[in-house]
Amino acid sequence: MKYSYFPGCTLRNKAKDLDTYARSCAEVLGFGLEELPDWQCCGGVYPLGHDEIGRKLPSVRALNAAKERGQDLVAVCSACYHVLKRVNHDMQTDADVQSRANNYMQLPEPYLGETRVLHYLEVLRDVVGFDELKKKVVNPLTGRKIGAYYGCLLLRPSSVLAFDDPENPRILEDFIRALGAEPVLYPYRNECCGGYISLKDGDMSKSMCHRIAQSAQGFQAECLVTACPLCKYNLNKDGSLPVYYFTELLAQALGVKEGDK
Amino acid sequence: MNSVEAIKEISGVNPLKCMKCGKCSASCPSFNEMDIKPHQFVTYVINDDVESLAWSKSAWKCLSCFACIERCPRDVQPGRLIDAARQLLIRQRGQQGLTAEEIPTLLDEEMPQQLLMSAFRKYWR
Repeated sequence: MKYSYFPGCTLRNKAKDLDTYARSCAEVLGFGLEELPDWQCCGGVYPLGHDEIGRKLPSVRALNAAKERGQDLVAVCSACYHVLKRVNHDMQTDADVQSRANNYMQLPEPYLGETRVLHYLEVLRDVVGFDELKKKVVNPLTGRKIGAYYGCLLLRPSSVLAFDDPENPRILEDFIRALGAEPVLYPYRNECCGGYISLKDGDMSKSMCHRIAQSAQGFQAECLVTACPLCKYNLNKDGSLPVYYFTELLAQALGVKEGDK
Repeated sequence: MNSVEAIKEISGVNPLKCMKCGKCSASCPSFNEMDIKPHQFVTYVINDDVESLAWSKSAWKCLSCFACIERCPRDVQPGRLIDAARQLLIRQRGQQGLTAEEIPTLLDEEMPQQLLMSAFRKYWR
């Protein structure tokens, strides 16, 4: 299976581990990630204003490029996934956004939300399957107690993202279990890390992240796992628990991360 | 278009659907930082009191975590209203949540591009 792949700006810079291991693990697991040529930054935040058409266009271009290649579009970064999926939903359901974006784009054929947007974790769950993933694990993470940190962008609003149960998700826990580790359930796993407030008000996001880490520690988590570079950055500022990208753990378990063989 | 109409237009939200259950404020991770709480924010829009909103901290403290939007039983989407107020301040009044002078002092080496993009989009025209 081949997918169009949207890495996003952070995965090219500060979050290379999220990108590199996603690609190498995909090879091991038997699916291809073909990076879209000329993709543009998704903008990091979904444009909530109904009239913000211009800010949705980078996503529309990527979505349409995947459509022209006849492929589903995969993202690994929570923010890219969130923005692409919500813009795609607008292109499926909002006549005003549809007509204004298409008037601007002047495509040979209008784009109306035909592309399917998937998060890498959804490919693992729904295409590869966690049972199959488990069979490919060569270095099981046995004995490790790992807290899944979902944050906001993968889950909400669930009416559009339809990624998992927004109040009681399990995809990351199932993923952790497939790698041979023990998932730790804790109440703050879908609470906000503070997001972009950390640029202006570092203390605020730090105290929010401290509550998250304390909650996980209270249930004996020894580390946290996330799909979001901004969550990782904010949680690192608190520093109570080590934080890994889910792709790092995946690469470790599959034996593709150097030094872990 | 007056300011309240602009907020309704930008957000696409009908604040009159609110039944004041308070779930949005109960869910809000920024509750303690906000002078006008999410459920009150809806009421200010209903009462055409955009001046109070313009001077409140709330528009700049929303984190777009979408907890209020997820949990609102009436699909009022308070987060969209707050975001529309923020955009109104930036678009019509030229207010910025960031100044060019302060940006270099806020940066550090580990900052992901995602943070810069998101913050610039939210705080800057």
